[in-house]
Amino acid sequence: MSASVTARRPSGGFNGSIGLQLLKLRTFIALFAVVIFFGIAAPNFASAANVILISKQVAINAILSLGMTFVIITGGIDLSIGSVVGLSGMVAGGLILHGIDTGLGYTIYFNVVETCVITLIIGVLIGAINGWLITKLNVAPFIATLGVLYVARGAALLSSNGDTFSNLVGRPELGNQGFPFLGAGTILGLPVVIWGMIVLGLIAAYAATRTPLGRHIYAVGGNERAAGLSGIRVNRVKMIVYMFSGFCAAAVGLVISSQLVAAQPATGESFELTAIAAVVLGGTSMSGGRGTIGGTIIGAFVIGILSEGLVMMGVSTFWQIVVKGLVIILAVVVDQAQRRLQQRVVLTQVAKAA
Amino acid sequence: MSMDPGGLPILLSVDRVTKAYPGMQALTEVSFDVVGGAVNVLVGENGAGKSTLMKVIAGVVLPTSGRIRMDGKEVTFASRDDAIAQGIGMVFQELNLFPNLSVAENIFISREVTRGIAGIDKREQERRARTYLQQLETDIDPATLVGDLPIGEQQIVEIAKALAQDARILIMDEPTSALSSAETEVLFRVIGELKTHGVGIVYISHRLEELVRIGNFVTIMRDGRVTGRERMANVDVSWIIRQMIGGDAKDFPKPDGHSFGTEVFRAEDVTLPRVSGGYKVDHVSLSVRSGEIVGIYGLMGAGRSEFFECIMGRHPHSNGRYFIEGKAVRERDVTGRIRRGLALIPEDRQREGVVPILSIGTNMTLASIGRFCSLFHIRPDRERAAIAASVRDLSIKAPYPDLPVSSMSGGNQQKVVIAKALMTNPKVLLMDEPSRGIDVGAKADVFRTMRRLAADGLGILFVTSDLEEVMALSDRIAVMSNGRITQIFEREDATADAVIAASAIGHGHTTASSKSANL
Repeated sequence: MSASVTARRPSGGFNGSIGLQLLKLRTFIALFAVVIFFGIAAPNFASAANVILISKQVAINAILSLGMTFVIITGGIDLSIGSVVGLSGMVAGGLILHGIDTGLGYTIYFNVVETCVITLIIGVLIGAINGWLITKLNVAPFIATLGVLYVARGAALLSSNGDTFSNLVGRPELGNQGFPFLGAGTILGLPVVIWGMIVLGLIAAYAATRTPLGRHIYAVGGNERAAGLSGIRVNRVKMIVYMFSGFCAAAVGLVISSQLVAAQPATGESFELTAIAAVVLGGTSMSGGRGTIGGTIIGAFVIGILSEGLVMMGVSTFWQIVVKGLVIILAVVVDQAQRRLQQRVVLTQVAKAA
Repeated sequence: MSMDPGGLPILLSVDRVTKAYPGMQALTEVSFDVVGGAVNVLVGENGAGKSTLMKVIAGVVLPTSGRIRMDGKEVTFASRDDAIAQGIGMVFQELNLFPNLSVAENIFISREVTRGIAGIDKREQERRARTYLQQLETDIDPATLVGDLPIGEQQIVEIAKALAQDARILIMDEPTSALSSAETEVLFRVIGELKTHGVGIVYISHRLEELVRIGNFVTIMRDGRVTGRERMANVDVSWIIRQMIGGDAKDFPKPDGHSFGTEVFRAEDVTLPRVSGGYKVDHVSLSVRSGEIVGIYGLMGAGRSEFFECIMGRHPHSNGRYFIEGKAVRERDVTGRIRRGLALIPEDRQREGVVPILSIGTNMTLASIGRFCSLFHIRPDRERAAIAASVRDLSIKAPYPDLPVSSMSGGNQQKVVIAKALMTNPKVLLMDEPSRGIDVGAKADVFRTMRRLAADGLGILFVTSDLEEVMALSDRIAVMSNGRITQIFEREDATADAVIAASAIGHGHTTASSKSANL
């Protein structure tokens, strides 16, 4: 598709800055292409109401993808986030409906803010377990987070025996009302989720580009040994990215259970795959060291718009799945072709210079 | 560069081959002939491009430009298989064996003896493997797993594997490095036999006596180029050394006569146990004064790099005491030791020095990014200023510091790594083979920088396998062998012969040929 147009770089002189600009613009061009295509092909696509609707959908995947981006830049992967979404929803739901039974004859209930904080802490702790398995026990990230995927999903199912915690509106006598605000409320006319995506996205983008931690994340993914020898505490960096990924997943769990005013243990199944797709589409390299937060957000929008747009055009869901898959493969193929070309240009330059 | 083979056939000729890697050029317009029925010797320092040239001939790497001709016809080896089909066998320097498979399975890998659909004929493979091994006068059982053999016997299996390919051209890259002297004698007999069958042998080794003994033709490489080619009968060891080092090519800055300050770093009783028992670093103690350059010379595997890694805190199992300006270093990890004023320029630039896909500037500030921050916010202006200052200071060729570091030449990458270390404001600089794999101009720059830093009061410890370099740059020379410091020379007392002799202490058969050092 349109992405391939920018893949062709001037093969003569190596002008780094122009080449890099084109590299960054590739995902943008894909985004414009889908927007323009559906703007023409699908009626009502560009209406304000529809834009907000799509953005709400996209925000959920985008928040997950933020955490996933850092993990993938360090050269890892986090498969557990879908399950953490489910589990954290159950935690929040359970706290609101049943509180914590102390076993001493009385039950502690928390207000909504406390409930959210506890849920987020649990998400971070699950991330910490991932990080601990990977750094201290040397389990490959794929396996460690796959294991945690099952454990967290099982825990979510056990928490309610597979049932749904429904009607999470709280009770006035317990002072824990207001949970649905997260999913349904708006601030300055924009839904809370979209604010969440904007704020988290800005923080993540700032951290990636303007803080030592961001540098360290890229360095660990680009060359772990060199990073270690440069005095970067590699294990600490990895712990942080998995904890942030767990945090994002817990936040999404809160949002979804708030939107539904119910917590269902199966929520979030295969969300990790959509998040990985957005990250990869955004130009992040699966082998680590390369990627941007902006790219990931755009990637999430491309995927979101693609599926919503196809729905509006009346294309069957089954075809949508096929199209999504093809787009992801195409994105990576173009990326690889581009990298090979770039490397060849550099090599001939070196050979000529010497 | 071609010469008269004296009536023998030229089996293969390499014509002006160039091979570039990201950041370095391994071969520049190299031409080389393989003469049949003779031993074609290839010598050069580490990083001169010998192994790369052999990999080009064996089809392991594809040249960037240039041609290969066999029997007058141009050939392209797209893969190792193509080369094997043309009768080119190779004994690799780093063993290419599968430790989880048996000796026979390794010898016949990818050319398994089969009985149609009945699968691999294990018995036949083992029978044939045994005949090859008997040719090499060893009684290794072809059914044993390669992983269970000691390294010397693995080397013999590797040679047997090459024999089994019935090669017309057999490349041997340092085949004797792990062999005992008795095994080496056997190998030489086998080589003699192959020669009479018209096989062209290409032989790479650092042991010069060995080369003079068995070689018929000698080709010398330096910095990715062929610098000389002669009949072995016409030359001697000292001629080879002259060609390798290149007489006037190296430009060592003279000592400027500054005096040394007080002791800036001391390591006491450093040990690093080896998994198989014994020590990789065996109770090493060494000190450096401020302004002093101490060279550590030794053969490969003498424990020099490991010693540096211990100092930096890379090995949690190592023991030893360290002092910086008289105060004990209690920090256990790399981060803490960098903060105390230690900095390492690693030997393997690509794997441990740079983060290739990050930009030149980012690589330079990687170890010291905290200095350019207010709280946790990186100040781009301060960072850019520091990068620009370093680029100027070390004369790095980097017009665009935003380009990835992998776009630079090896010499410039090395300067980036040095810049990264210097930005941490070290008191002691550890440099592991600082001139390896970089061009002559960059080498001179690096050496000048070392002198300048020493004059500014830094203590410098550097490791090298290059005898001339260690003699020219060091204020003191510590020689390591088998994990121990065998002797420490003041500059005025050091002679090449004494240093080489000290580097061979504790090496069984290297002592026999003391000149065979890793020049």
